[in-house]
Amino acid sequence: MVAAVEPAWYLILAAMIFAIGAVGLLVRRNPLVMFMCVELMLNAVTLTFVTFSRMLDDIGGQAVVVFVLVVAAAEVVVGLGIIVAILRKRPSATADDLALLKG
Amino acid sequence: METFVFLVAGAACLVGALGVVLARHPVHSALSLVGTLFGVAVLFVAQNANFLAAVQVIVYAGAIVVLFLFVIMLLGVDQSENLSIEPIVGQRAAAVVVGVAVFALPVLALASAGWEATGQVANLGPLSGDGYGVELLGEVIFTRYLLAFEVTSVLLVIAVVGAVMLARKNRKADELEIEGLGSVGPDGPRRSTNAPRSSDSTDDEADAGGGDQTADTADEEATT
Amino acid sequence: MEILDLVWLIPALPLAGFLTLMVIGRRLGEPLAGLLATAMVGGSFVVTVAAYLSLLGKAEEERQFTQVLFDWIPAGGLSVDVGFLVDPLSITMCLFITGVGALIHLYSVGYMHGDPNYSKFFVYLNLFAFSMLMLVLGNNLLITFLGWEGVGACSYLLISFWFTDPEKASAGKKAFVTNRIGDWGFMVAIFASFAALGSVTYTEILSGAGGLAETTATLIAATLFVGAIGKSAQFPLFVWLPDAMAGPTPVSALIHAATMVTSGVYLLTRINPIIAEAAGWLAPTIAWVGAFTAFVAATIAISQRDIKRVLAYSTVSQLGYMFLAIGTGAYVAAVFHMITHAFFKALLFLGSGSVIHGMHAEQDMMRMGNLRKFMPITAATFIVGWLAIAGVPPFAGFWSKDEILLYAFAENPALWLVGLVTALLTAFYMSRQVFLVFFGEERFEVEHAAAGDGDGTADTEDIDEADAAGAGDDEVLVLHDPPHESPPTMTLPLVALAGLAIIGGGLNLPFTGGTKFLEHWLHPVLGENEAHIDVATGTKVGLAVVAIVVAAVAIAAAYAIYLRKQREPVEPEILAEGWYYDRSISAFMGGPGRMGFDAVATFDRVVIDGAVNGVASLVRRTGEGLRGSQTGFVRSYALLIAGGAVVLLAYFLAQVTF
Repeated sequence: MVAAVEPAWYLILAAMIFAIGAVGLLVRRNPLVMFMCVELMLNAVTLTFVTFSRMLDDIGGQAVVVFVLVVAAAEVVVGLGIIVAILRKRPSATADDLALLKG
Repeated sequence: METFVFLVAGAACLVGALGVVLARHPVHSALSLVGTLFGVAVLFVAQNANFLAAVQVIVYAGAIVVLFLFVIMLLGVDQSENLSIEPIVGQRAAAVVVGVAVFALPVLALASAGWEATGQVANLGPLSGDGYGVELLGEVIFTRYLLAFEVTSVLLVIAVVGAVMLARKNRKADELEIEGLGSVGPDGPRRSTNAPRSSDSTDDEADAGGGDQTADTADEEATT
Repeated sequence: MEILDLVWLIPALPLAGFLTLMVIGRRLGEPLAGLLATAMVGGSFVVTVAAYLSLLGKAEEERQFTQVLFDWIPAGGLSVDVGFLVDPLSITMCLFITGVGALIHLYSVGYMHGDPNYSKFFVYLNLFAFSMLMLVLGNNLLITFLGWEGVGACSYLLISFWFTDPEKASAGKKAFVTNRIGDWGFMVAIFASFAALGSVTYTEILSGAGGLAETTATLIAATLFVGAIGKSAQFPLFVWLPDAMAGPTPVSALIHAATMVTSGVYLLTRINPIIAEAAGWLAPTIAWVGAFTAFVAATIAISQRDIKRVLAYSTVSQLGYMFLAIGTGAYVAAVFHMITHAFFKALLFLGSGSVIHGMHAEQDMMRMGNLRKFMPITAATFIVGWLAIAGVPPFAGFWSKDEILLYAFAENPALWLVGLVTALLTAFYMSRQVFLVFFGEERFEVEHAAAGDGDGTADTEDIDEADAAGAGDDEVLVLHDPPHESPPTMTLPLVALAGLAIIGGGLNLPFTGGTKFLEHWLHPVLGENEAHIDVATGTKVGLAVVAIVVAAVAIAAAYAIYLRKQREPVEPEILAEGWYYDRSISAFMGGPGRMGFDAVATFDRVVIDGAVNGVASLVRRTGEGLRGSQTGFVRSYALLIAGGAVVLLAYFLAQVTF
């Protein structure tokens, strides 16, 4: 049969998800999709923490996950509020159009 | 058995992640995100983090993704991004490099450590054993990490306040002038755009609903 | 309290006069302002005489008195105070400065009558007197320099007194600028003396001169010589003195004959210990510069038509004699000639002023003649001055000039020959001047119109008239009124100076040790640096006789040419134009000089300003270049953040794993 699952596999999987999220954040222009990529990265991180918690036989990792979840939720609320406030004026705006910092 | 679960859930995660990044339509991205979230939840269960799996599904998939979908619906469902063009030169190549590095570096580090995790143990309590369960998690959160917990509750309040501020109806005194985006008066934007307008009241409702939901979730966590 | 404690009054009185006249001079008006000024200088003279008598009463070694008024510059290693050094040399200078100065002030009361800026003239004259007295009485180089600059400034103010005429204004500027070139030398000398000796006070630097290295002493002495060249109008900086005749005649008499131009001679005499320590080539250089200047100036003087210009070049020439004396170590002779020159040159200038005044502002000698009929006193005194300068015994000039020629002969017969030829020319051109002006036929006509005021009111207007009328050469001048003698305020000083010119030789008669009064008097100041010559008495007498014969020949020649008209006058244009020296300077400055200045200005503008502006523009361009990185695109910024994070990740993971 197949080999037993090594904890390391979970870590590698999490790394992959994180990498995909990072690339997505840099490549996509739609603000909402960019935000979703951020959520992907956060999820990868929570997965890593839980894996480590199991590997080291310690509850600490899961406690951190709880907090990450709370923060992610709060962040989504505010972030989407901002996106709504901006995109209300011009719904077709992309990340490239918000270039007010141009010097 | 675990291997099988891992492979299936892992595949779901990866497919979902790729879907988020590659889908042209934001709704498709959101749905792919849901897939990833479910996959991660399954992986949590596989690692004996049952409570977290439940919380993940309820909060992430149940609240956050719904929020996303609300916003997408609010702002026009028919927007899609043209993925073939990239206005910033070299962005894609650099992004690929970054992605590869971000993946490869931890893996290499792990490899050099012999695929074993070496990390500082916090000695908060063993995962296994009789004491395990939500009780142990709650105990840790409310004793050892109490300060962090209180801070996150403040954070949630701030988030709610911020959301209300951002979404409220604009009165004359707050007329905003955003460069290139037109000005906003009491009746909405001055310039007409080609996207379907939704009334302000719907904004309030939707955001208020989202805010409520988040608050509810926080309450749930506390009482459990 | 002894008399010498009052020595501060000597410069203070003219200073008080200056300040008073500056405030209320206009209100005092004619002639009170002038009389006040004269009284101040006269008072100075009285104090000077008292100080002199007091000094005379002391033993020879004690004849040095220093009075310090206050600490002027206490700056670390440099300590300069305002103080006066009274010793034989400075008192001698003060005597003739205040004496002749007072006479000239009195003369000006009459000469400047009717001038709208009457009181201003005396303001400047008193300021000049103050500066000159500070120059000679100062106990350190810096006070002397203060006076030096002060007399230079006053010279400028007085030469351009009638500044509404642009030529006169230019003459003042020319004097100031040329002096400035010399002043550079003086300043370098002050710096060098402080650097080498740690002090600028005369008593300290002169006693420390023995310890100077030869190069340092040469540097100090040479740069002071450069300063003296500028102030005393030697070659090559003599160009300002002839043009300075644009000022009123009393100015020419006081500043450019008796006092300011002699400050160079005073300075070199003062620093004689340093000259003694300098390299062997310095003193002969001074001598040859003096001899050369004397000769060249004399050649130019023989073909001048303006009555004052002849005297101006004559002054340059006589100053050359003084430098010749210094160069041969004959300091006593130089000072002697300085004193006698003050007498007869001031007399000659004042006399010419009287002539100009009487001729209603005419200055061209070719339009005068037989003026002794009209101005007997002026003529008589002028003739005394002429005989003095020509070197006719027993007048003063003979004795002093003869001393100089004697020492020149002992040093180098070539120098003596140049001096002798110059003496010949001197006698010639002065005789020419006297014959043209006071003898011969009248080359002017008088309209027998109603008698005007005849006292030359508004000389300024007449000057403009004369300039306008000066168009035709050798046209007969037509005067409204006959030439007249000057008022007593003007003739009195003339008579006094004539008397001094007659007896002045008594200061240092060379017959025996007993008669050499000046030499003994100046001994404390000069010490061993006074040259001692060993010439047989027979040679001395022979030289004196040669000088007398030469003077007689010159007078006879002038008589023959200008009075008897037996020969044609020899007045080549090149000499009339001063060997084209002025013109060559203008050409050089206008041509290569201007190119040099333009080059420097361009360098300053392009390189230096360019460097400064270049830095600014470089920064701006760099900024603009860097600005391109601020695209405003959120994704670019996100990429940079991600890149940075990757780098950090790599670094820390490498630390941990390897």
